[in-house]
Amino acid sequence: MLLGFDLGVIARNWDFLILQGFLGVGKFVGGTVRLAIPAIIFGFILGVFIGLGRLSSRRWVSIPATLYVEFFRGVPLVMVIFWMWFVVPIMLKRPIPEYWVALIAFVIFEAAYLGEIVRAGVQSVPRGQVEAATAVGLTTTQTTRYVVLPQALKNMIPSLVTQFIVLFKDTSLASIIGFMDLTRAAQVVNNREIRPFELYLFIAVVYWICTYSMSRYARHVERRLSPA
Amino acid sequence: MNYTFNWSVLWTGQSGEWLLSGLLMTLKLSLVAWLLAVALGILSGALRTVAFRPLRVLATFYVEFFRNVPLLVWMFFWYFAVPPALPDTPREWLNDHSLEFWAAVVALGVYSGARFSEVLRSGIQAIPKTQMEASIASGLTVFQAYRYVILPIALRLIIPPATSESLNLLKNSSLALTISVAELTFQTRQIETYTAKAIEALTAGTLIYLVLCVSLASLMSWIERRTAIPGLITSGGRRRR
Repeated sequence: MLLGFDLGVIARNWDFLILQGFLGVGKFVGGTVRLAIPAIIFGFILGVFIGLGRLSSRRWVSIPATLYVEFFRGVPLVMVIFWMWFVVPIMLKRPIPEYWVALIAFVIFEAAYLGEIVRAGVQSVPRGQVEAATAVGLTTTQTTRYVVLPQALKNMIPSLVTQFIVLFKDTSLASIIGFMDLTRAAQVVNNREIRPFELYLFIAVVYWICTYSMSRYARHVERRLSPA
Repeated sequence: MNYTFNWSVLWTGQSGEWLLSGLLMTLKLSLVAWLLAVALGILSGALRTVAFRPLRVLATFYVEFFRNVPLLVWMFFWYFAVPPALPDTPREWLNDHSLEFWAAVVALGVYSGARFSEVLRSGIQAIPKTQMEASIASGLTVFQAYRYVILPIALRLIIPPATSESLNLLKNSSLALTISVAELTFQTRQIETYTAKAIEALTAGTLIYLVLCVSLASLMSWIERRTAIPGLITSGGRRRR
């Protein structure tokens, strides 16, 4: 079996695996990248609100934000995906495509983890910065927007990229509800070709190239930003 | 689509039985995979510090490759791709002894082992070199220094990240449903299939996971506080994924 390693199966299905499954260009709605990029962007935006919410001095903001984080970090992502799959159509009273189910689930789930990173980043900004900003007459919102967040963001970058890598890998779970991502594309090809060894190893390498370059980039940024 | 709740599906029929057997399977799978992950984590963590370069490269390759590829891909790999490549005797044994369970154990254990390795490495790196130097200077042998100084500190340092990784392993065990291991998420789906009551079934499964994770996390943070060395280690490390 090992000696019969057949790379032809990759070559024959290259377009389906890479264009359809990885990038999302083709007749199916799919694509690992097409799901990962909006999930990262919207997850981060929601994460900023959750993270700042946890630090708020108003208890009616900080308690729900804390519960949100603790809840989603105590539940597997698969569960959250199933929740969205069943509950969103009931709430909207109509069926919705897998793409939106997966995207909503990822944004909600990852925002809990990203929120914790935002919180740690904001807490790493020295208090004197806030006091100085208040002293020069900035409002609370202005202080957060122009003084705290830009500095916090710099401290957050390494952990953020690590979490983006986790999110990128997590998008493979969208295949469970039938979304045509890279993992699902490999399953579909395998059903026809019965070449699991080559196919799953190939997609492992594709995922690895993406995540490894992201982590190299994080290390590079970390080195550049850390005071020498 | 008007939804009518019927919570009684959770205590009538076989639901209770299914949830319980799912919970036990989740615990069994997580525990066996955890043992494998800890063993691999310690082994690869140690190999990354040896002088012999090929072993170091091998251990680094293991850590960097396995933790950077989605667990789901590993589940499929160990379940669909590896068994056909095995010799006849082990393959037949596995077919008779729940192949899907062992594939899930290996997938989860090997993936988490790579992550444990990183936790151990950063724990050991966090101990100042001077601790070792001071131990040697006060007359301890290297073995004694490890036994009485380095390891007691390192184990305390890694409690928060190791707890977090162990909880990830527990939550990640839910992916075994894709290769039809009848664990908690699988059984939750089964209740949904039989009763068509999705919200009730998901609520039950979600609550069980929450209780498991929250109680494990509280237990570990209690241990962390109990074993904290006053003034040496700042406690209250948050769990991180």
